[in-house]
Amino acid sequence: MSEITLNINGQDYEIDVPDDMPLLWALRDVLDLTGTKYGCGIGTCGTCTVLVNGSPMQSCVRSAVRFEGREIITIEGLDPSGDHPVQKAWNEEDVPQCGYCQGGQILSASALLADNPAPSDEEINDAMSGVICRCGTYPRIRKAIKRAAKYAAEDGGDV
Amino acid sequence: MTESKSQDTLSRRSFLQVSMLATGALVIGVGCNGPTRANEMQDGLWKPNLYVRIDADGTITIVSKNPEAGQGVKTAFPMVVAECLEVDWKDVRVEQAPLDDRYGRQVVGGSRGTPDGWDDLRIAGTAARHLLTAAAAKEWRVAISECEARDGSIVHTQTGKSVRYESLLSTAADLPVPDVADLDLKSRPSEFKLLGTFVPGVDNPKILTGQSLFGCDVRLDGMLYAVFEKCLTFGGKVRQANLDEVRALPGVTHAFIVNGGDDLTGLLPGIAVVAKTWWQAQSAREKLHVEWDTSHSDSTADYDRQAAALANKSGETLRSDGDVDAAFDSAKQVVEASYYYPFVSHANLEPQNCTALYHESGRLEIWAPSQNPKGGRELVAKTLRISEKNIHVNLVRIGGGFGRRLRNDFMVEAAWIAREVRQPVQLQWTREDDMAHDFYRPAAWHHFKAGIDDTGRMAAFDHHFVTFGSGGKTVSGAGLSPAHYPAGLVPNFKLRQSVIETNVPTGPWRSPGHSAYCWAYQSFFDEVALAAGRDQLEFRLDLLSKSFGEPPLDLERTRNTLKLAAEQAGWGRRTLEPNRGMGLAFHYDHGGFVSHVAEVVADGSRITVEKVYSGIDVGPVLNMSGARNQVEGAVVDALSTAQVEITFADGAVEQGNFDDYELLRIHQAPEVECHFIQNDVSPSGLGEPPIAPATPAIANAVFAATGTRIRELPFKRSGISV
Repeated sequence: MSEITLNINGQDYEIDVPDDMPLLWALRDVLDLTGTKYGCGIGTCGTCTVLVNGSPMQSCVRSAVRFEGREIITIEGLDPSGDHPVQKAWNEEDVPQCGYCQGGQILSASALLADNPAPSDEEINDAMSGVICRCGTYPRIRKAIKRAAKYAAEDGGDV
Repeated sequence: MTESKSQDTLSRRSFLQVSMLATGALVIGVGCNGPTRANEMQDGLWKPNLYVRIDADGTITIVSKNPEAGQGVKTAFPMVVAECLEVDWKDVRVEQAPLDDRYGRQVVGGSRGTPDGWDDLRIAGTAARHLLTAAAAKEWRVAISECEARDGSIVHTQTGKSVRYESLLSTAADLPVPDVADLDLKSRPSEFKLLGTFVPGVDNPKILTGQSLFGCDVRLDGMLYAVFEKCLTFGGKVRQANLDEVRALPGVTHAFIVNGGDDLTGLLPGIAVVAKTWWQAQSAREKLHVEWDTSHSDSTADYDRQAAALANKSGETLRSDGDVDAAFDSAKQVVEASYYYPFVSHANLEPQNCTALYHESGRLEIWAPSQNPKGGRELVAKTLRISEKNIHVNLVRIGGGFGRRLRNDFMVEAAWIAREVRQPVQLQWTREDDMAHDFYRPAAWHHFKAGIDDTGRMAAFDHHFVTFGSGGKTVSGAGLSPAHYPAGLVPNFKLRQSVIETNVPTGPWRSPGHSAYCWAYQSFFDEVALAAGRDQLEFRLDLLSKSFGEPPLDLERTRNTLKLAAEQAGWGRRTLEPNRGMGLAFHYDHGGFVSHVAEVVADGSRITVEKVYSGIDVGPVLNMSGARNQVEGAVVDALSTAQVEITFADGAVEQGNFDDYELLRIHQAPEVECHFIQNDVSPSGLGEPPIAPATPAIANAVFAATGTRIRELPFKRSGISV
C-alpha cells in the first residue's frame, strides 16, 4: 500500500492504495468517482479514458501511484455543468445510446479539439479510434466533433 | 393518495385512475383492466402501465416502467405523453420505476416497448388534457368546446383568457374520470407537433458529466466488491480450492465456494472472492487454484465435422409446399450454395454486474442492469428460497443489452454472495468473465438450392438448415420458423432441419435468428438473381410481387422500403468505378420493414463501407433522433459482428477480450442515411428490425466491388478485411 496524492479535476486527494492498483479502480472504488468506466482492463477499449496533463490516457492499465504530480481530468471534471463545447455538441447531436463509453469518447474528443481546432474526417478517425462504442454511435461522434469545433471557433477557439 | 376513483371500460382494454396527492399533485394512471389471477382480484390490484403526475409547480413527470438500455424508450415514451397533453417538452421529467408487479411487463426485448406502450401513453396524456380542459370550463362556467389546451395552459378561445394547468389540478381531480372510449387519440404523423422531431435523450445531462446512472455506479455505505470465478468449461463443478490462502490476501474479506446447480441460466458452481475494493478481490482471485470437475468437451472443430457429415443427409422436413423435386427437374437452371455463420457474443460494453444488500430482516434489495428484472427476481427467489415479496429490484441504466441481459445469472450470483456476506456487495465481472460466460448467438449452416424457371423466377427452393440443439430440440436462438420467407414466395418449397447436440449456453441476440440467417437468404438471392441474369433490385421486387398461400410478410410495405432505399442510393442510375460496388437486401422482423443499400469501395481484399442508405417503415416515428440512432447503430453492429466469432475448444470459449474479439472502431464505420416511410399504422419498435438486412446488403456490395462472394462469416474467413 502507498499513500499518494492525486490531483483530480483540480482538487488534491490523499489516498491509500495498493501499489499495483490501476488509476481506474482508485477513481471508482477509493474515490467513488464512477464516471470513468471499466470495459476491458487491458487497454483496448478506451472506455476508461481520462485526461492526464491534457492528453487522453487509458486508466485501466497504469497504476495510480504513477499519476502523482500530474493533472487528471475525469468526465466528472470536464465541465460539471455540461457547457463544454464537446458536451453541448454531444447533447445536440444526441450521440449516446447506452452511454457507457461516452465519457471516454468525450474526453478523447476534447483533447483532439484542444490540439486541432478543425480536424478532418481522417484526423477524427485517428484520434477517436481508441474508444470502442458497442452501440455504434460513430457516425454521430464524427458529426458532434464537427459541431463542437464550430462552437469552439465561435467562442474564440478555447476548448 | 388521498382520493382515488377509477373507471373500467370494455371498449378499450386500458383503463384510467385519477388521484390527488397530499402535495396537491394530480396523478393519472393508465393500465390494463385485467387482474390476471384470482388473488389479485381479491387484493383489488390493478396494473398501471404508467403514471403521469402534474405537480403544483407545473412540472410534468412520467414514470418510465421499462429498463433503458440505449434503445431510447425513456425519452420516446414521455414524448408521446407530452404530445397528447399539449405541454412544453422542457416541463417534462422522467422517473425510472423500480420492478413492481403493478406495472405489468417490464422487459427490454422483442422491440415490444413501443407497440405495447402506444395506446396507454396516448390515453394518459389525452385523458389528463381532457380533465384539465373540463376543469377550466367548469371554473369559467363556459362550454368545454370553447376551451383549448395549448402549451401547458387552457385557453378560452372566445375571450383569449388562459389558465395554467397547475392552477386547475384540484378542480380536475373532482371531475368524473373520462371514458377511455370517448378520448380522441392522436394517431397520425400529420397531427403531431413534438412526435417525429429530433429530441436528445433525457439522461444525456448525466451521461455527459459522468454522474451515477449504471449498475456499476451504485455505491452503498460499507459496500464490498466481489468477483466470481466459474469453470471455463461450461457446467464444471468445484472439487477444491486454496481458499485459506486467498482469504489471507490484502483487502480480502470473504472467499467461499458456491455449490450452484446445473442450469446454465441459473446459479452455477464457482468461487466468490470478496474484498474492500474490486481490484483487491480480482488480484486475490488471480492467486486462486481451483480443481474443477468437468464433463463436456464441445469444440468448434467437432461441430464442423458433424456439420460436414450432416450436409448431405436429408434432415427432418419442417415444411413442404408443392412438388420441389418435379420443379427442380423442369427448372431451366439450378443454383446451389452453402452459407455458414459462427457463434457470436453480445459483448455488452458494460460487463455484467449487480449490487445486492441482504437485510437481517430477510429482505433483499438488488440493483440490476437487467433487461428482464422480473425473471431475475423469480430466479433469485427460487435459488435462495426466499419469497419474491421480500425482494426489491431497482432498475438502473443498462450499458448495452442486445438480449444478453434477458438472462439473470449475474443477478442470482450477486444475491447469493450478498446473503453470505451480510453486507452490501457489488459483483463485477471481468471482460474475460463476460466473454467466457455469455449466452451466444448460435452458429448454423444453410444449404440452399434454387430452381429458376423460364421467366427467371425461383420456381423451387430447397433449404437444409443445420443448427444446434439439445435432446434433438433446437436450443435458444437456434430455431427457424417454417413460415419465414422465401416460404410463401416460391411455389415449390422445402425446409429441412438437422440438429447438432451442444452443451454451450445460447440465447437471444438482437433480432434473434433474423440477424444471422437474413444474411444467408439475401446473399443467396443475389447469387440466384445473378445466375438468372437479372438486376438485384428488379429480382427482389418481382419476388415480392406475389405470394403462394399466406404471404410471409406484407409485400407492399417491404417493396416500398426497398424502392426507397434504392432510389436514395441512386441504384441503377450511377456509374461506379470498378472497385466500387452496391448491394441491397430487404427484411421484416419484430413488426418493422427495413431495406438497406450499402456502398463499398475495395482496395484489393480490404474494403471500406462508405455509406448505407436505409428505407424504413415502422409506422410513425416517435423520436427522430432515437429512431435514426437505432438504424445507425444497427448498421454498425451488423458490420462489427460480421468481423468476429466465438469458437470453442475443450468445452470452453477460446476468445477472452477485445484483443481477440475485435469490435468495429470509428474509422471502419460507414455513414448511414435514414429514410422513413411514415404512415398511419400503429408504430412498432426499432431496436431490432434494422440489423438483419444490413449484413447482407454490405456482403452483397462486397461482391459487387471485389467479385468475392462471402459465404462464411466472419468476413476474414472469406478473405475480406475491413
